[in-house]
Amino acid sequence: MTMKIPYYPGCTLNTVAKGFDATAREAALKIGFEMEELKLWNCCGATFPLTPDNLIALSAPAKVLSNARKEGDTVTTLCSVCYNVLKRTNKVIKDDKEKRGVINGFIDSEYDGSLSVLHYLEVLRDKIGFARLKEAVKRPLKGIKAATYYGCMLLRPFEDIGIDDAEKPTIFENMLSALGATPVDFPNKIECCGAHLAMNNTDVVEKLSGNVMTSAVDNGAELIVTSCPLCQYNLEKSQKRLIEERPGYTGVPVVYFTQVLGLAIGADINTLGFEKNEYSIMPLLHRKGIVAGED
Amino acid sequence: MPRIGVFVCQCGNNIAATVDTKKVAEEMAKLPGVVYTTDYKFMCSSPGQEMLKKAIIDNKLDGVIVSACSPHMHEKTFRKASEAAGLNPYRCEITNIREQCSWVHHDKTKKTGTIKSTDLTRMVIERLKRNRPLTKIKIPVRKKALVIGGGIAGIQAALDIAEGGREVILVEKEPSIGGNMARLSETFPTMDCSQCILTPKMVEAELNERITLYTYSEVEKVDGYIGNFTVQIRKKARYVDEALCTGCGECIEKCPFKAESQFEVGLTKRKIIYTPFPQSVPNVPVIDAPNCPKIQKDKCGACAIVCGPKCIDFKQQDRIETVDVGAIIVATGYQNMANERFGEYGYGRIKDVISGMQFERLASSSGPTGGEIRRPSDGKIPKSVVFIQCVGSRDEKKGVSYCSKVCCMYTAKHTMLYSHKVHDGQSYVFYMDIRSGGKRYEEFVRKAIEHDHAMYLRGRVSRVYEKDGKVIVQGADTLSGSQVEIEADMVVLATAIVSRDGADTLAQKLGIGYDKYRFYNEYHPKLKPVETVTAGIFLAGTCMGPMDIPESVAQGSAAASKALALFSADEMTRKPVTALVNRATCNACWDCLTACPYTAIEREDVRNRQGETIRWLARVNEGVCQGCGVCVAACRSKSIDLRGYTDEQVFAAINAF
Amino acid sequence: MKIKLAKEDIESSKIQLIERVSGEEMRRCYQCGKCSAGCPVSFAMELPPSQVMRFLQLGRVDEVMKANSMWTCVGCLQCYARCPQGVSVAAVLEALRQIVLRKGTDHERIKDVPFPFMKSAPQQAIVCGFRKFVS
Ligand SMILES: Cc1cc2nc3c(=O)[nH]c(=O)nc-3n(C[C@H](O)[C@H](O)[C@H](O)COP(=O)(O)OP(=O)(O)OC[C@H]3O[C@@H](n4cnc5c(N)ncnc54)[C@H](O)[C@@H]3O)c2cc1C
Ligand code: SF4
Ligand code: SF4
Ligand code: SF4
Ligand code: SF4
Repeated sequence: MTMKIPYYPGCTLNTVAKGFDATAREAALKIGFEMEELKLWNCCGATFPLTPDNLIALSAPAKVLSNARKEGDTVTTLCSVCYNVLKRTNKVIKDDKEKRGVINGFIDSEYDGSLSVLHYLEVLRDKIGFARLKEAVKRPLKGIKAATYYGCMLLRPFEDIGIDDAEKPTIFENMLSALGATPVDFPNKIECCGAHLAMNNTDVVEKLSGNVMTSAVDNGAELIVTSCPLCQYNLEKSQKRLIEERPGYTGVPVVYFTQVLGLAIGADINTLGFEKNEYSIMPLLHRKGIVAGED
Repeated sequence: MPRIGVFVCQCGNNIAATVDTKKVAEEMAKLPGVVYTTDYKFMCSSPGQEMLKKAIIDNKLDGVIVSACSPHMHEKTFRKASEAAGLNPYRCEITNIREQCSWVHHDKTKKTGTIKSTDLTRMVIERLKRNRPLTKIKIPVRKKALVIGGGIAGIQAALDIAEGGREVILVEKEPSIGGNMARLSETFPTMDCSQCILTPKMVEAELNERITLYTYSEVEKVDGYIGNFTVQIRKKARYVDEALCTGCGECIEKCPFKAESQFEVGLTKRKIIYTPFPQSVPNVPVIDAPNCPKIQKDKCGACAIVCGPKCIDFKQQDRIETVDVGAIIVATGYQNMANERFGEYGYGRIKDVISGMQFERLASSSGPTGGEIRRPSDGKIPKSVVFIQCVGSRDEKKGVSYCSKVCCMYTAKHTMLYSHKVHDGQSYVFYMDIRSGGKRYEEFVRKAIEHDHAMYLRGRVSRVYEKDGKVIVQGADTLSGSQVEIEADMVVLATAIVSRDGADTLAQKLGIGYDKYRFYNEYHPKLKPVETVTAGIFLAGTCMGPMDIPESVAQGSAAASKALALFSADEMTRKPVTALVNRATCNACWDCLTACPYTAIEREDVRNRQGETIRWLARVNEGVCQGCGVCVAACRSKSIDLRGYTDEQVFAAINAF
Repeated sequence: MKIKLAKEDIESSKIQLIERVSGEEMRRCYQCGKCSAGCPVSFAMELPPSQVMRFLQLGRVDEVMKANSMWTCVGCLQCYARCPQGVSVAAVLEALRQIVLRKGTDHERIKDVPFPFMKSAPQQAIVCGFRKFVS
């Protein structure tokens, strides 16, 4: 029987990042587990309050957790932000009795923080194992130099998240290696893309995301892989300016890790949502002979 | 004909790579007087030494040359081996063909290295031929120490030596031992009360039967050398007979006049007959003669009237006592720089600008305010206190270039004491850097800031002035890039630690070196930190430079252990490489006497049978002479030679080149 | 700039409020500058993170309030992740934002947000942006 994993998609994956969601589900099935969407879920709030004096902001994620607990003892997410918010909220509820009481009062529940919040990458690493993942690969991404972009939310703060080393993470690279690609290390891989400043400070976002892109490309990256829809959005949008300012720069595809995962384990190329990317991955796949066709 | 053996070492490849050792040995064999030569892989190894011994015996050698590394490395080794084979150790000489030949000549054909090694070895052979057997000098050791300065460093040294079973004389120039530590309130980083940890040690020093205290005394003159010093001590007139005084304090009670208290750093007055502080050791008063009307103009005399045991003696004079000791420990400590030098801080002009040491007295429960922080001008409790660090320290122009090391720490301590005593007060600290290297020191400073709310401002103060009963402090905070003005009630200066007045005079009496700030020089800053260039004289504590109590104590103990090591044998041996005066040619010009850096040269008067001086001669004190050779160069009549390096030997070596 | 410094400034009620909301004690910061070194938007801030801390230590709340720093912070937590004293400048800046927003003053008017952004951006960006900029 295939392993069933309770899954929290979050709003973005239910709307603009549908491909992220679909590829993850399909890849799971191919690898041998099933992402079972929670029956009842709501937006997590998309930001974990940075100050301790903001309990009201924890009520939304607490509600997600409290409902999820009714369906099992783990919950898995794909989006780095949802992961960050749920995991940290869970920790507050678990460790801080006083806050737990207040929050449960808000949302009328008795949740105690006993859920374990996982990221899809953790499922791959800890429940499946990268060795087994490697065996499942049908279409190795040989020759592709892929930069893994962690951003902020997947890693920080370390003591609350703890998925990997906060300054020298490797989980992403190990996954890509299992898929046959060549991971590219670059200095900006854990630096911010500009995040929500996209709303009113595109200048700063273009600068930050631009730095991420140029730092990756300067280190040989042909592809950027990420796990956050906002990062994906900012990294794509910032490239317009790079194309204008950097002679010879033509744009680099920025994809979700689940897309390359699906690709490697042999999903139908047309189901991977690559057509949604502003800078297409197809020429690269053709060039490397991973998918037949012309540039 | 001499019978010399030459041993050329390959030092693995260290020498052999660029010196043909075999060839050197062969060349040497051709010289007259050389009867045995060889080369070997490692002369210093046990087989190498055995070979040397065997060759000496088998070939009846009367001198050996080892051409190897620097004599610093193995001269001792080979001389010992030679001695074991029955040779006078000073008939063994080293040629340095490693540091001076193989390591500096990289010629792979070995030509240069070999030529130079041959030349050098030949020169040493010629020197050795004229080398007389020498015997080690034996010096008797007096197993008694003199400690100068009764601060914590000196007290610690004295106690340790006494505990080691030897006698100590502790000389202190003030009426009581204790030094600066006796003034401190509480001490960083553990905040124990200074008096509480110091006074037991002071009492122990007083009661220990192996320790003789000479308080209110100073060293007048020092003669002799390691193991054999003769020291004159001036016991200043106390006007109170120490033997009779019971320490009842009646005299102090009745004395009608007062003068400024040095112990309280001018914060208050004391009587003319006084003990510096209540726990003084010994608890015997002294009369401040210049201020005493009885002594000056024969008026008053109240103290003598009330004194039960009748121990007051207005006619008492200074007395000189002579003691013989084997070792001397100098622990004369520090003083604070005069604050008046820094006009911008207003010290001396503004009453509420005080020094760190004055703050210690204000915070001390035995101090003039009973431990309450009250400002000098009106006795009010200051609600806002500014502390200024690096006053005079790290200030090449107006002060000293060095860091005084303890002021960062004691300023942090002051802010803590202040916040513990004045709960609604605010302290500010102007600093340049915070230097808190030491066990638990950084944590201590953070505690002052985070727990006791000291406001630290990175910058200096440009001006302090008075306005409406407040002390206005103008400074900068470079971290925010702003000028800062604070209305303070009191300002405390962390003044530089400097050497004692008269430190240089004492150093000259002892024949030890000092730096441009008159801090005493250690022999080697890392490896001989408590020794001086004068054998038998050791240093401890802040007379060497700024340091805190733990370091001063550690040095006191270190110096004591050096003295005890010296006392562990009845006599000590010294290398016989010393200067020798030719009594026939010396014309007593005394050039050598002024040249000798160790004061090893003495004037000897030659007398006839009637006991009349007929001639003067220079004489070298072998106990003191370090064999440096300066006198040899200075002597115009060429009447001095250095044993082992006589002119004859040196010229022979040069001529052999 | 020249300032007068007194206990009332260092421990003003404004500072106490910031300390309460942020959960951070200003005096914990020892001005090493690590946060400013790593903050990705330091270059765009009128007062970089460590100076925000310094100004608040000195009680200079008004100047910090006027600076763009709190609105430029992206909440990436690099400052907190690397601060040797465990101070979260991110929390302090968020506290400043909250203090402003809780008074009902918005930093961003919803109708000013460009339409293409609202249409194409990930939901999380919109939710997050509103949380940070709107009361
Ligand atoms: C304001 C202030 C606060 C401090 N607070 C602390 C603290 O909290 N913790 C800490 O660890 N350190 C502190 N220190 C440092 C501490 O005072 C010294 O480390 C310590 O006192 C040094 O002891 P010492 O024996 O070397 O010198 P001293 O205490 O100076 O003792 C030297 C003694 O030698 C005597 N003497 C001098 N010349 C002669 C002579 N020619 N003949 C005979 N006797 C002589 C002197 O009278 C004196 O009794 C502080 C220093 C200052 C200025
Ligand atoms: S004689 Fe001098 S010391 Fe004695 S009581 Fe008079 S003033 Fe004081
Ligand atoms: S210890 Fe501190 S206050 Fe004293 S001189 Fe050194 S740096 Fe300045
Ligand atoms: S959280 Fe804000 S202040 Fe801290 S590093 Fe990120 S952007 Fe800078
Ligand atoms: S890293 Fe921390 S201690 Fe350093 S300046 Fe920033 S907040 Fe202050």
